[in-house]
Amino acid sequence: MKVKVKLFAILRERAGAGEITKEIGEGSTVIELWEALTRDYPKLASAKIHLLYAVNQSYVTPDHVLRDRDEVVFVPPVSGG
Amino acid sequence: MFRVTDKALNLQELVDYVTDPQAGAIVTFIGTTRNQNEGRQVLSLDYEAYPEMAEKELKRLGQEAGKRWNIQRMAIVHRVGRVEITEPSVIIAVSAAHRDDAFQACRFAIEEIKKTVPIWKKEVFEGGEVWIGTQSGQRFHQR
Repeated sequence: MKVKVKLFAILRERAGAGEITKEIGEGSTVIELWEALTRDYPKLASAKIHLLYAVNQSYVTPDHVLRDRDEVVFVPPVSGG
Repeated sequence: MFRVTDKALNLQELVDYVTDPQAGAIVTFIGTTRNQNEGRQVLSLDYEAYPEMAEKELKRLGQEAGKRWNIQRMAIVHRVGRVEITEPSVIIAVSAAHRDDAFQACRFAIEEIKKTVPIWKKEVFEGGEVWIGTQSGQRFHQR
């Protein structure tokens, strides 16, 4: 199955891409997707930052199971205001 | 009204939106771009958002404020893109029958924005830039 990953702010700059379509196995979790992405884009993991996870515009836990065509966002520390 | 925009913000638009015959108070908060941060001379702030989710989260925190305090209406507009020194990056307006509810809900909103809403700011300063909240500031030149 395929999921759409959107990258923002520091993660977008590190990956050099704002949107990535990724093929993953059925039953993959959010954290497994992150691990796969950091293999494709090693710079994503170059410095530890605390991430939150969002699927289809809602926050989820790292063990959330993904479905085909989900939109996944790895949320670096927010700093609005 | 819960919105992310790349246009300059307009306080009066938010005040008009929350104006309500049952309100005895309107409280507004304006977040502006400061020229100094942690000893750095700040040149501008570049804001980026995940717009669909940011607007959803702003709405959610507005609903949460409505559960906690007796408010009439709330509006939050956050700017994205480059925001120059002195310009507003966020404006919040809250109307309520009584001022205490309006003050508290407004304070709650700005504190929550800084915790949960997917908006990020990059500080562009004299000699470098940094995404606020990360430790990965890249200096253009070592000095």
